[in-house]
This record gives sequence, structure tokens and C-alpha cells, in this order.
Amino acid sequence: MKKLLLASAAAALFAGAAGAEEVKMGISLGFTGPLESLAGPMDKGAQLAMKEVSDSGKLLDGSTVTVVTGDSTCADAAAATATVERLITAEGVRGIVGGMCSGETIASLENVAKANGIVMISPSATSPALSDIEDNGLFFRTAPSDARQGEVMADILTGKGIMSVAVTYTNNDYGKGLADSFQAAYEAKGGKVTVNAPHDDGKADYSAEVAALAAAGGDALAVVGYIDQGGAGVTRAALDTGAFSTFIFPDGMVGTALEEKFGAETAGSIGINPASEGDGRDKFNEMAEAAGFDPHSPYAGEAYDAAALMLLAMQAAGSSDPAAYKDKITEVANAPGEPILPGELGKALEILAGGGDIDYVGASSVEMVGNGESAGTFRETEMKDGALAVIGFR
Amino acid sequence: MDILNAIVAILNFVVIPAAAYGAQLALGALGVTLIYGILRFSNFAHGDTMAFGTAITILVTWALQAAGIGLGPLPTALLALPVGIAATAVLVLLTDRAVYRFYRVQKAAPIILVMASVGVMFVMNGLTRLVIGVNEQQFADGARFVIDVRSFREMTGLAEGLALKTTQLLTVVIAALVVWALFWFLNRTKSGKAMRAYSDNEDLALLSGIDPEKVVRLTWIIAASLATIAGVLYGLDKAFRPFNYFQILLPIFAAAIVGGLGNPLGAIAGGFLVAFSEVAITYPWLKIAGYLAPGWQPEGLLQLLGTEYKFAVSFVILIVVLLFRPTGLFRGKSV
Repeated sequence: MKKLLLASAAAALFAGAAGAEEVKMGISLGFTGPLESLAGPMDKGAQLAMKEVSDSGKLLDGSTVTVVTGDSTCADAAAATATVERLITAEGVRGIVGGMCSGETIASLENVAKANGIVMISPSATSPALSDIEDNGLFFRTAPSDARQGEVMADILTGKGIMSVAVTYTNNDYGKGLADSFQAAYEAKGGKVTVNAPHDDGKADYSAEVAALAAAGGDALAVVGYIDQGGAGVTRAALDTGAFSTFIFPDGMVGTALEEKFGAETAGSIGINPASEGDGRDKFNEMAEAAGFDPHSPYAGEAYDAAALMLLAMQAAGSSDPAAYKDKITEVANAPGEPILPGELGKALEILAGGGDIDYVGASSVEMVGNGESAGTFRETEMKDGALAVIGFR
Repeated sequence: MDILNAIVAILNFVVIPAAAYGAQLALGALGVTLIYGILRFSNFAHGDTMAFGTAITILVTWALQAAGIGLGPLPTALLALPVGIAATAVLVLLTDRAVYRFYRVQKAAPIILVMASVGVMFVMNGLTRLVIGVNEQQFADGARFVIDVRSFREMTGLAEGLALKTTQLLTVVIAALVVWALFWFLNRTKSGKAMRAYSDNEDLALLSGIDPEKVVRLTWIIAASLATIAGVLYGLDKAFRPFNYFQILLPIFAAAIVGGLGNPLGAIAGGFLVAFSEVAITYPWLKIAGYLAPGWQPEGLLQLLGTEYKFAVSFVILIVVLLFRPTGLFRGKSV
């Protein structure tokens, strides 16, 4: 028995060192839980990139990619940790696309991925806490940190001369993180946050919350929440009582539901959400539609990029060993080199095999900054005649 | 001018929302207190009875809206209300026949009936979700405002605005009508007197030839009507989501107990007391202070309690009253 184990271990090592192999890739996303509606398209996005690489036959001398998925539940850190543990120890994946939500990602990264030395690239965890986490260079993300978004929001508002705002945020890690980072950035630029108060989702009545916000005052109200949850209730009550007429809507507040519910009454309000434009995005949209999923679903493009980056880094390192390819991720993501759009992964693999350099652009214009996170681009929109008009990208 | 602004601000952010909320709580608490007074147990299923009645009303409202039938500036839901009441009455009568009567005949201790009502609560909970789903439903139509902020500002020239929603006005008016009708029924009609007699002394009422089953049926029908009306008004004014009606159970019980369980007048007073405390304690008085004492710039918002602790206010009132006046402010039955 011992000999057999030794032999198989040696075989595994040999396979890792040279020749074609079966590279197992893990996907750990919240297929059940509060963001389950987003997990499907994200999973398909990641698998799209893996399939593209596998079908090209150019990865590590003709290696194939096998996908193993797991449910991270988004909300339950223990369940996410167990899932990642299974992916790494039982399935033997060489890298993981995930986790989905910030809390769950921190737990599985610190407890399992770090201990086993496996690379995780999250397409959607945006908490600022992940920026300076002790990760041994194993953690990356293709979504921008909320700290960056706070700065962008502050820039836009001070640019418009709005110098005092009230802030209400949905009472969870995401809401508090973004509200606090916005407050810090805004006050550094000379703005004044009159009040920074939470609201709970799923309540019938937000008049007390709005009364508090109205008493504090401000030129505008920033609603850091969800359009199909408390965010809509707060906006409705603020409009009804005449407390505010100009709003700032980040992330989950932006969408067609916002236009339908409040389009006519919130003229001049500002929407800010992570979104990219350009050839890479257009190409990804085409590919996603051909593959039968909605490309506009949040973070689907980021998931494609996360999977692509990991596989390209393996090619650049010439090995699927996380310890070897983790240092190559920033290299393939950033200039110099040949710009790579979605659908061009085969070409990228060829360039890398020939010793060339690439600058992966992907669906979300990936540019790695700081501790391995995407700088991200944000779309600024303004409510005009009942619809959100795009002002620009920054 | 400043004093006027302060008054308008208080009206807009405290008095009007609290009055509408208080009327909704009072109607809910009336139902709870009636059942406690006559059937002698705390009905935990009351919140979900409200949800069920509202769900049926919403379905009928949608049908009416689809058929193009409406009430002009008033919400169509008012037309659908009688159907909702009838359906809810049938449901609670069936529940009584299937569950509560068994324990009543056995003269079971009240706590057993309370536990049975918790079971009923979960069943109704599921039933409502089966009928209409778990999501938020919008069914308000007609004119949204009696007075809206912009026209009030233009009319008066004040800096503060005042909004009065149709649903808020409607809530208070309907609650007043319902309360009047209920007291007239309890005090003036033979059936009402029979109910009060049964509530005061069950055995004596039996000896006087009062049919207990008839009294029980009447009580359930009245409780179902009150629950449906309260639920529909709450849903119109705020938003309908089955889970909210489970949450509103706590302030309703707080209102009924504060007023004195079994005492209808107490339920109404309790409803308004809980509502005004919830709103006034979480309201930041900074703006009002600014109008009344110009030049004074306090640091904070002058807010006693953050709005996220709103529900805690009901708990605190409940505990204080139970500690110092266990029978409630209006001398109901002790709990």
C-alpha cells in the first residue's frame, strides 16, 4: 500500500513537471444563498474561459482543463470553508475561482487556501479588508475594492460641487464598508457627511430612518443598498416626505428597476457602478450570448477574467503548480505585451509558449494594482427624463 | 415663522406617520384583545391572519384592476376588502372548528391554546406564502397624496414641506369608523351584550341562556374583520410582504398588553402609545431645536435611539408596564 501511494505521488509529481496533464480548476461560488441569482452566470463565465483554453489544446503542451464546482453559500463561512477544503484536498484542484462574498472568501482563504498554498481569484469579493490581508501572494481579485469605489464616488460628487450628503447603507459588511470608505474619501476632499446611518433590509416602513436622515440634512442622499430591498423603501420614503430630491445610487441600486420605480422623480440623481466598456466587453457579450447566458449579469465578465488569468499565468510559468504561477498573474494581467481580449486565449497561450509577453485586457479591462486587485472602471450615469444616461467611465 | 416650520416638521416626520401607524396597531391590538377577552388566550396567529386577509384582498384587487373597476382617487383595495374579510372569516372559523374547539371543550389551560395558536401561526404563514408568494407586492392605486410637499411649500411659503398620503388619511378615518362601529356593536346590540357577558363570566352567561358557540363564532368573525382591515391598511400605507406581518406581531402585542389585555379602549390607547414612542424616540430633534432655539448648534443629532433599535422600544414599554402595572394602563385582565 505504501509503495503504491509513493508511486502515485511520484507519478503526480512527474505529470506536474512535464507533458500533458489534466489540470483541475475549482469554482467556489454562492449557488445557494442571498446572491444565488448572480452565481449561475458567473459560473458560466468562468467555465467559458476554461473551455476555451482546454479546447485550444495549447495549454502546457496540450493539457486539458477539468472543472470542479462547489457551493460557497455566500453567507455561511463554515460551509464555504468546507467546500474549498473539499476542492483542494479531495479533488486536488490547482486553483480556485472564488469565493463570491467577502466574509466567506476571507474565511476560506485564511483557513484552507493559504495552508495548502492554492491560488484563489475572486471575481466579486469587494471588501476593502481583502486588500491588505496576509495572503502569501495567493489571493487576487478581478473586481475593484470598495475603497476604490468610495474614492470614485467622492471624486464625482466634489466635481459636481455637491459638498454635503447624508449616507444610508444596508446593514451588512458590504454596506458599511462602502459607506465608510466613501465617507473617508469624501471628507478628505473637503466634503461633509452629515449622517452615516444603517437601514435594515426587508422592512415595510422606512419613515423613521428617513426622518433621521432628513433631520441631519444635506444636498443629496447616498443610498448604499439594494433596489429590490430596503434601498427602494428608503428612496420612496425620502421622496414622499420631501426630505431629499437628489440621490447618489451606487452598485446594486443602479438598474432598470430604479428607472421604473423612481425615474420620473429623481432627475439629476447620480448612478455609479463598476462596469467597463470597449472591445473586450463587446467581445465577451457576444461570446456569452452565443453560450446562452446573460453577459450583463454582474461579475460574469469578472469571473471569465479570473479563470483566464489563472490559466494564462500557468502557461507563463510553464507549470500548474500554484507556488510557481502565483507570481505570474500580475505579469500577464499588466503591460507590457500584446493586449488580449476575450476569445483570444489561444493566441495568448501561443505567445506565452514562445516566451513572449501579454497584457490581458479581458472583459473587465483588468489592470492589477496594489495587492493583486483590479483597479476597475466605474460607470457614471445621470437620471434624465426617467432614464439613466451614461455620463462617462472612470 | 420658525415656530411654524418646527410644527410642520414635527407633523411631517412624527405626528402623521405615527398616527397612521398607531391606527394600524390599534386595529390589530383590538383583534388580539377581543380574542383574549372572550376566548381567553393570546392568539399568536393574529399577524398571519392579517397577512392572509391582505393576500386575498390583493388578489381580488388585481382582478378588479384588470377589469378596469376602480374607485377614482381611492384605492381599489377598499372594494376588494369585503371579499378578503369573508375569506379570512371562513378560514378562522374552520381553524376554530379544527383546532381550538377541541381544547375549549376540554377546558384546556390557556397556555395550551396559546401553543396551539403558535402552530396555527406557522400553518397560516405557509398558506399565505402559497397563495401569494414571499415577495413584496404593490397594490395601492388612486391618488398618492392629499397634500404633497411641493404644493404645500408653494401654498404656505414655508421652508419645511408637509406630505399627507391618501393612505395615511384613509387609515385614520377607517380606523375611527371601525372603532365606532365596534363599540356601538358591543354596547348597543344584543349579540354585543352577550359577548361582553360571556367575557365577564362564562358560567353566568351560560346560565342566562347565552349560546357559547354563537358568541365564539361572532368573536372570530369580528377578529377576522379587524385583522383584514388592519392588514390591508398597513399594506396600502407601507408595503405588503408576508414576513412583515410576522414582525408586526410584537408591537401589536405590546399595544394590547400596555392598554390592558381584554380591554378594547386600552388596545386603542396602547396602539397609539407604542407608535408615538417608536417614532418619537428614534426621531432626531436637531432640526426642531434649530428652529426653536436659533444659534444653538449641538454636536449630535439629538436622537435618543438609533432607528435600527426601533423594535426594541416595544420591548421596553412592554417590560416597564408588566413590571409596574401588570394589568395594563386600562385595567384589563392580568396576563
